[in-house]
Amino acid sequence: MLQNETIAVAMSGGVDSSTVAAMLRAEGHNLVGLTAQLWNQRRLAGKPGMPEQVHGRCCSIDDVYDARRVAQDLGIPYYVVNHEERFEQDVVRPFVAEYLSGRTPIPCSLCNNHLKFDSLLIEARQIGAEKIATGHYARIEFDETDQRWLLKRGVDESRDQSYFLFGLTQEQLSRTLFPIGGMRKLDVRAKARELGLKIAEKPDSQEICFVPGGDYTKFIDAYLEESGESLPDTSGELVTTNGEVIGEHHGIHNFTVGQRKGLGVATGNPLYVLQINGAERKVTVGSGDELMSQTLRARKLNWISIEKLQEPMRVKAKIRHRHEPADATIVADGSEVMATFDVPQRAITPGQAVVFYVGDVVLGGGWIA
Amino acid sequence: MRRVYMDNNATSPLLPEVLEAMRPYFIEEFGNASSIHHHGQNTRAAVERARESVAALLGCRPSEIVFTSGGTEGDNLAIFGMAKAGDHVITSTMEHHAVLHGCRELEKRGCEVTFVPVDGRGLVDPTDVKRALRKSTRLISIMMANNETGVVQPVAEIGRIAKEADVYFHTDAVQAAGKIPIDVKEIGCDLLSISGHKMHAPQGTGVLYVRKGTLIEPLFYGGNHERQRRAGTENVPGIVALGKAAEIARTGLNDGSVAHLGQLRDHLQSEILRRVQDVGVNGEGAPRVLTTTNIHFDHIEGEALVIALDLKGLAVSTGAACSSGAIEPSHVLTAMGLPADQARASLRFSLGKQTTESDVNFALDIIPETVARLRELSPVWQKRAVSRQTSAVR
Repeated sequence: MLQNETIAVAMSGGVDSSTVAAMLRAEGHNLVGLTAQLWNQRRLAGKPGMPEQVHGRCCSIDDVYDARRVAQDLGIPYYVVNHEERFEQDVVRPFVAEYLSGRTPIPCSLCNNHLKFDSLLIEARQIGAEKIATGHYARIEFDETDQRWLLKRGVDESRDQSYFLFGLTQEQLSRTLFPIGGMRKLDVRAKARELGLKIAEKPDSQEICFVPGGDYTKFIDAYLEESGESLPDTSGELVTTNGEVIGEHHGIHNFTVGQRKGLGVATGNPLYVLQINGAERKVTVGSGDELMSQTLRARKLNWISIEKLQEPMRVKAKIRHRHEPADATIVADGSEVMATFDVPQRAITPGQAVVFYVGDVVLGGGWIA
Repeated sequence: MRRVYMDNNATSPLLPEVLEAMRPYFIEEFGNASSIHHHGQNTRAAVERARESVAALLGCRPSEIVFTSGGTEGDNLAIFGMAKAGDHVITSTMEHHAVLHGCRELEKRGCEVTFVPVDGRGLVDPTDVKRALRKSTRLISIMMANNETGVVQPVAEIGRIAKEADVYFHTDAVQAAGKIPIDVKEIGCDLLSISGHKMHAPQGTGVLYVRKGTLIEPLFYGGNHERQRRAGTENVPGIVALGKAAEIARTGLNDGSVAHLGQLRDHLQSEILRRVQDVGVNGEGAPRVLTTTNIHFDHIEGEALVIALDLKGLAVSTGAACSSGAIEPSHVLTAMGLPADQARASLRFSLGKQTTESDVNFALDIIPETVARLRELSPVWQKRAVSRQTSAVR
């Protein structure tokens, strides 16, 4: 890599991205630090169920302060860039819409596809940086044989974020650096200490950045109220797989497949949400056994290590962030893919992503229909 | 790397003469201007000389000058010092936040506020102000020159309307001081605020002109400083500096140096219009201060252009920074009816006494290529290029 090529570092104010900046700086690269202002945390503050004040969260003033201090200590130019409009349009609105139609969205993947590696990368290039570096736990390699950019799992299995990155295009991968993808979190913290970063001991943030406290149903209420829209009535019946109506519910957005608590019915055996029918506003419940299924259909696919799926392939398929990838066979079906697991999987959830791996390499992925 | 500063409406560098004037008042002449001893007498004399100098710049009596900590304090003192619950206040939609947010707070405290609009050139229509008058109207606050566009408002006409209606008139002249002549009698205002650091004096200094006989409630309570209008020990070095800067500003209006900056600004503006396509001047057609131009570079994000130019050594600005430092679309430009995307694509260039022709040429060297790169990578521009090709085929 050319030493005089400018790299934009996406800085959140956390340990990972700060360490990325410090490492690249120590290697002598020309850097510019960017923090994307994605969501105004004060927008919904004080509304029912929302905290009065928000501290120490992504896009909060505290985090911007931390990121700016790191940049100052490293002696690199630093800017906060406003991507709120795009974030609301491409992440928040779809997030709300997905829940209201009975699916369970993953905003982080949408944010990666539309914000970090699209609009932020474009802005980085506009200001003169050809590449962007982030603190994601994943690896990027170039495969000389196939002449393709590969996305691989991060070395730290407990931190691996490749699942959220399946939507990256070859162009985006060619312009992206994940400098800590080959490190363990412990080593990142050690590196941060070694490089003298004051935020080396800062706790991790885990929950969805724009949903304070993690209660998404309250967020949806507050968001719609603020937009001057009323929550559409999606209440309806709770039914069993036999079609027996066993109760009522207040809205399909309160449910996710596999959910056990908060169903509002008391029966002898534990009941789980099996299916959410948005059109009929019907929530089907059943036993834990009925939650298992062997196949799934994926849409809007993005292939990374291959150009497209030509013939059936044996893969490991991961159906949610905390899912141990399971053996499956995938077959192309028009613009979609049919995946058949060797053994049935629990709670395959529409709206989540399915990502296919061959070893450590991400073959590609799509959205569960 | 060469660095050129064209953001003097945000803040301007201290002039060396100003620094020299204030220098003795840190160590040698350190007295509290309220003290009765020798040290106090010396600094009191310096404060009063500065007061005379500022009064000369504004065409008022020295006793009508209240030293403040800056433009925001002056605006707040004028607004909260004059309006009480139940009063009606008239202001405009393109005011600085120091006035705009002050008026929003007045609403919470039981005042009624009318925000008169501006036209496409950024001008308030005095007849709108007249029409907004009520029996309960206590104060009109309309700025003299806008900080983002430099557009100069018809303040003298508004002053006449205020006088006829027997209503107090405040004008925020922060961006006018030193750039256009100010005569409080000609304007007919009762209150006028200026800021030191916008005219090459230090940050943290300012003045509120309070016409004799205008009863104003102070913001702070304490000693009897500034004729009981502003409690707190005087910032003597700052006040001395402001006095010197006012003297230099007054000279600059007559010796051709402001006019020279106007020529530089016109050259910058016309060359940008000539060398870059799809651009335009915000506030064109309205009278503007000679040191400011605000230009929309269509189909790009002003934020990215400001950063790209900064990385190449040119400091300019866009919109207003929010608490995190991210840029928000300018309320001034949206008030003028600019579509949101054009408002976001707008940059402000503001020159100061230190600006040279070589600075302008430096800016002109890098702006066209930087805009070109941004557009090349802008999805909006690419879409537009495709549609242009399609229409050419037709």
